[in-house]
Amino acid sequence: MELDVVMLSRIQFALTIMFHYLFPPLSIGLGILLVFMEGMFLKTGDKQYENMTRFFTKLFAVNFALGVATGIVMEFQFGTNWATYSRFVGDVFGSALAAEGIFAFFLESGFLAILVFGWDKVSPRMHFFSTVMVSLGSIFSAVWIVVANSWQQTPAGFHVVGEGINARAEITDFWAMVFNPSSVDRLVHVILGAFILGAFFVMSITAYYIIKKKHLELSKKAFTIALVFGAVVSIGELVSGHFQANTVSKTQPAKLAAFEGHFTTKDGGADMWILGIPDEEEERVKYGIKIPGGLSFLLHEDFSTPVTALDQFPKEDRPPVVIPFYMYHLMIACGMFFIFITLLGLFFRFVTKTIFEKRWLMWIFVFAVLGAYAANQAGWIAAEVGRQPWVVYGLLRTSDGISKAVVGEQVLISILMFSFVYALLFAVWVFVMNSKIQHGPEDVQMPLETTEGGLLEAAARLANPAGYSMMGDNEEPETETKTETDNEKEAE
Amino acid sequence: MDLNIIWFGILGVLLAGYAILDGFDLGVGILHLSVKDDTERRLLMNSIGPLWDGNEVWLVTFGGALFATMPHAYATAFSGFYLAFMLLLCALIFRAVSMEFRSKSENKIWRKAWDVSFFGASSLATFLFGVAVGNLIVGMPIGADKEFAGTFFGLLNPYSLLVGVLSVALFAMHGSIYLYLKTSGELQAKIKHWMWTTFGIFMTLYLLTTIVTLIKLPAVTRNFETMPLAWIAVVLNILAIANIPRAIYKEKPVYAFASSCLTIAALVFLFGMALFPNLIVSSINPEYSLTIYNAASSQKTLGIALTIAIIGMPIVLAYTAIVYWVFRGKVELGKFSY
Repeated sequence: MELDVVMLSRIQFALTIMFHYLFPPLSIGLGILLVFMEGMFLKTGDKQYENMTRFFTKLFAVNFALGVATGIVMEFQFGTNWATYSRFVGDVFGSALAAEGIFAFFLESGFLAILVFGWDKVSPRMHFFSTVMVSLGSIFSAVWIVVANSWQQTPAGFHVVGEGINARAEITDFWAMVFNPSSVDRLVHVILGAFILGAFFVMSITAYYIIKKKHLELSKKAFTIALVFGAVVSIGELVSGHFQANTVSKTQPAKLAAFEGHFTTKDGGADMWILGIPDEEEERVKYGIKIPGGLSFLLHEDFSTPVTALDQFPKEDRPPVVIPFYMYHLMIACGMFFIFITLLGLFFRFVTKTIFEKRWLMWIFVFAVLGAYAANQAGWIAAEVGRQPWVVYGLLRTSDGISKAVVGEQVLISILMFSFVYALLFAVWVFVMNSKIQHGPEDVQMPLETTEGGLLEAAARLANPAGYSMMGDNEEPETETKTETDNEKEAE
Repeated sequence: MDLNIIWFGILGVLLAGYAILDGFDLGVGILHLSVKDDTERRLLMNSIGPLWDGNEVWLVTFGGALFATMPHAYATAFSGFYLAFMLLLCALIFRAVSMEFRSKSENKIWRKAWDVSFFGASSLATFLFGVAVGNLIVGMPIGADKEFAGTFFGLLNPYSLLVGVLSVALFAMHGSIYLYLKTSGELQAKIKHWMWTTFGIFMTLYLLTTIVTLIKLPAVTRNFETMPLAWIAVVLNILAIANIPRAIYKEKPVYAFASSCLTIAALVFLFGMALFPNLIVSSINPEYSLTIYNAASSQKTLGIALTIAIIGMPIVLAYTAIVYWVFRGKVELGKFSY
């Protein structure tokens, strides 16, 4: 049996990118929250904020390491599995990737060292600066990789030279490439999506502590920060999603039609499916709930303007419908849920002030983070599968982009290898994250101190970095050993 | 000097930067199992703890820059070395997570497993880098379509394997000198022996490889006729290697480390001299070779990438310096350590 190199290469890319994308959005989302937390510590001197920052930094570090380890695969994979694609796009796409390395990765990885290992080595201000730089680096990284990917969706600023197998895209205008028609909309959408994940991640862990009545004060503070932030970014994501859909309808109408299960162009308005089962054979959506004219309204603010459907494209240029349709709807359902649950949370937090007694709501927040992971993955799956059959939209077909020197067996071996390695890593990651979460942040002990003393001490700490570091050294190891023993007991 | 040559130079600098910086990280990994005690193993890991990640970015940036400026070389080499690259990626993944995970549990088997993984991954990655360099010096079966036409086992030819082993010895030596700088007391005394041992092994392999290269692959020196100034690198290389035992003997580890860095830089330079102006030599027909001209991006892209490099590199060097400064001195185990 001849192995299908195209399909295998696609499976491998999907596997490695989806696994990789568990980590970067959390780095981006948690990074910005670390900036808030540590900023609050510097502003107020409240040790709760410091412990909160230290605790989430540990989780951040584990997550970041996996992001780095799985990320290097992505960069090399263009060359190993998609050599023809690399030859075609290198002139354009490569610059964005190189810029990511120089402007983002060095920034992140350099200051990450200080963020994670440098608490006792630099002043609090320098440490805060490092936290900001790491957060900024992770956002820059998103900027360049989304620019590169957006160029694949809506190519601009280039011309094609050569013909047949020698054809390749050459850059004509760097800034037109960077600000191609979909870059900005997609970037905003991706970053807000990552922020949502960060917010729900913090809420998940702190809600768990609140239910278990552990680290209560710290958890309530952290939960509140994440809740407010989560509500703002969830609403922002809805607005961003609207603009995004509008852009896609103009730049990649076939993709939007696949998202919406819009098979046939009609004279009047196009319907919007809230739910449904798309059937590609019969080219219609079965058993669904729809808003008549809804898609037209969404795109044109008018219920009767026709919207281009899949039948306007030759069969060989149409994307598959089933996966994009479900993933797109899953993403939107998650997004609506985020808005609903965070607004509900805000109401109970600030109006009735009873949120922390509502165990059912806390339990929802413990698990809601899975929705945030799902939404981030689903959005990208919809975007990438919806671009098919093109790897560079309208220019290069995915089937033409593979490596000619690589045979199916090789790809199969590497898929098996990655599956095994990633399954192992995933298990270890869950185990390590869980043990860190069970361990929890350090609790502040201040039974004998008045508030004034606390503030003075905090101020002294800020003014005297050396004293600050010594305190950390003296008091922590004991607490740590003790809690670790406790954990072992719990595990038994 | 045209943009293509400048980029050949920048790629060389990135590669040398990677080899010098991640070289000692990988070297520490290669030596990791040489100590048995848990605290000593933690000291070894933590000596590179805050630094290895940033060092690996040199490789990532090298890859990105190669993709941007020499896409054909990137595509041909990476797809041609397919299985070797997959192994390399696997090794780099395990190297990273071994450090991150090892000390997260007290369990002995857990720690042992990650120790072995850290050693294995570091050794394998170094070896594969060497094998790749060896193959590039020997030449690869590249067809008229710029595609690799060989097999995985063809890559494992004796010369490339020799260069692979030489790389392991080189990074082990480099790593041991680095560790000598970062440790103290009993552990440091042990590491002193390692420096001598690894230097001895490196020296032997270095002489062997040099002799084999000059006899079997005389083409590597062709560029010296047109560029006599390159002899300076040869002289520097020999002086640097000779200075390593001298500095160790005189208890001046900083000089030994500087010499070791210089040795690596000079070797990367000589590798570049052996290739120039080729990137990948075709063993089928020299005309099929990928050069810095027929494998390159357009002049416009080379210019854009150069602008990015000129803006980016000084900033990168600045904060790399800050981070190395913050983590200067002997390694200690604290509560933030691995």
